[in-house]
Amino acid sequence: MTARTLFAKVWDAHVVQQLPEGPALLYVDLHLVHEVTSPQAFEGLRQAGRRVRRPALTVATVDHNVPTGDRAAPIADPIAARQLAALATNARDFGLELFDLRSPQQGIVHVIGPELGLTQPGMVIVCGDSHTATHGAFGALALGIGTSEVEHVLATQCLVWSKPGTMEARVTGALAPGVTAKDLILALIGRIGTAGATGHVIEYTGAAIRALSMEERMTVCNMSIEAGARAGMIAPDETTLAYLAGRPRAPSGAAWNRAVAKWRELRSDPGATYDRLVELDASEVAPQVTWGTSPGMVTPVTGRVPSPADFTSDAEQRAVARALEYMGLAPGTPLEGLPIDRVFLGSCTNARIEDLRAAARTVRGRHVATGVRAMVVPGSQQVKAQAEREGLDRVFSEAGFEWRNAGCSMCLGMNPDVLQSGERCASTSNRNFEGRQGRGGRTHLMSPPMAAAAAVAGHIVDIRRWGRESAAR
Amino acid sequence: MMEPFVRHTGRLAALARANVDTDQIIPKQFLKRVERTGFGPALFHDWRLRPDGSPNPDFELNHPSAREATLLVAGENFGCGSSREHAVWALREYGFRAILAPSFADIFYANCCQNGLVPVRLLPQEIAELFRRRQAAGGEYQLTVDLEEQRVHDGLGFRTTFSMEPYRREMLLHGLDEIGRTLRFEDRIGAYEKGREAGNGKGETW
Repeated sequence: MTARTLFAKVWDAHVVQQLPEGPALLYVDLHLVHEVTSPQAFEGLRQAGRRVRRPALTVATVDHNVPTGDRAAPIADPIAARQLAALATNARDFGLELFDLRSPQQGIVHVIGPELGLTQPGMVIVCGDSHTATHGAFGALALGIGTSEVEHVLATQCLVWSKPGTMEARVTGALAPGVTAKDLILALIGRIGTAGATGHVIEYTGAAIRALSMEERMTVCNMSIEAGARAGMIAPDETTLAYLAGRPRAPSGAAWNRAVAKWRELRSDPGATYDRLVELDASEVAPQVTWGTSPGMVTPVTGRVPSPADFTSDAEQRAVARALEYMGLAPGTPLEGLPIDRVFLGSCTNARIEDLRAAARTVRGRHVATGVRAMVVPGSQQVKAQAEREGLDRVFSEAGFEWRNAGCSMCLGMNPDVLQSGERCASTSNRNFEGRQGRGGRTHLMSPPMAAAAAVAGHIVDIRRWGRESAAR
Repeated sequence: MMEPFVRHTGRLAALARANVDTDQIIPKQFLKRVERTGFGPALFHDWRLRPDGSPNPDFELNHPSAREATLLVAGENFGCGSSREHAVWALREYGFRAILAPSFADIFYANCCQNGLVPVRLLPQEIAELFRRRQAAGGEYQLTVDLEEQRVHDGLGFRTTFSMEPYRREMLLHGLDEIGRTLRFEDRIGAYEKGREAGNGKGETW
């Protein structure tokens, strides 16, 4: 038998029917649903008199537009409230499990899937959200889909997908102290560009990937879409199994042993070939900070804001000039020392317990700089509860951070958490698009420790040096 | 049912920017609707309208030459970012029937094909030529996208072909309902599910 990639193994196992015109009908093991991209899909089912084919494989939660303040207070935005009510009605009418605002398991869909053990190796997982790639950290084939595809999966439990290409992102070496999984993926996006992996599924391999925790792997896979890939995958290993063991929805007993035996086969065979290869030496990666309005506009924190003249094509020069104007930055400005107004610790990229621990270590015993507003939005209510058990909420509160309830929050600013025009934000989220965090808001993407340190310093710092300096103090 | 697209001639609007993301096409504050309609007026909201709500005269789609445009030419990686299909609904409702670009983001491309918005991939030099011809014509530039023949031409010497997977093309040409199309294989789906229950290897857990 020919050597197959991890992707090919999962793909092959899920082909229900190869369609003559090109794509395949691919079976979906887990369909995650949230309030923003699903109402039109359910309405479509109703109009056509269709049902949800496999309600048991469909799980819903609310995350995108939920307020992160007091959960007891009514939702102030009537349109948001209507959308949340629509999901509750749809879940009831179609027989779906829903983790709603009152649920202790509510949270960002890409945080709760893994923490509940719903996300498992070898699955095909879809959700009407581009960051579904997150779940690929478990060796699942997980991808974001549009609302019409959501409706299609609800009705048929299948997705029509043309087999994509494969790209191996081989990350050798080891990350230096102060450098995180976020820096690694930002550096990769900086290298290959935001369309660098379009049409491909990325498999992340190499010693640096093996050394990552599950939560760090999720951070890496999460931003595959920012490199253009609909999905990113990491082969499961002992780290994966240790994370999954005992999770409420993971198999247990004899079923666990059977599952593990199969999961162990989920790795690319020796000699399996990919369509493309990109290599990165983790030991050369420095903490990354974006300077522009696309995640590919990124540089090591020691770098400077580039000039349009540094780029060759007209299109790039125009894009850079436009980005600098929007960001209010002059060419040659060092990233280090850039004053910030807001700090957002949150999102499906970086709001898991390890992220909060790392940020808390950075701010413990310190205080947010005067004039800076900083908030922590845990990725799920379970992450929040865990952090509170560990006393992290007090660390953040005493340092002057707002400690909030779970949701997507200021990553996309659908709820009341938004930047004002002109405000500059150090953010642990995944997109620095114009207006993403609020019209006129200026987003600099970075890791949780870097964002936490920026909150304390009032400006962007190099966490590697800043850590030493503050230790010496 | 989605509107079939066989061929269409219309005025071409131009957006000479790369990496136009779906957050720009339809900003998040408009994603709270539970309907598929009502997004057209919000298309490119933050670019098209100034903070006071008045039209921004500098934005390309506000130029008189872009009025009534039904075709849009843009830079590479069009539609990147969020999976929000609302972006496609907004473009359709605003009046666009096809987008021409050197490349599209994967999810956006799939969303287009679900809604009768034809994503036309041309070579970068062909896209550059369209920008040039449109500018040379003072913006008054008509183009024909022929999906049946997979051709693009302006009747003035610009003529090229484009490729599209037959499956997607069929859907767009006939305005097909993809769910109905898939349900032709309902027996196969059932058999797959049975095979998984039986644990015959294929499809069991993975």
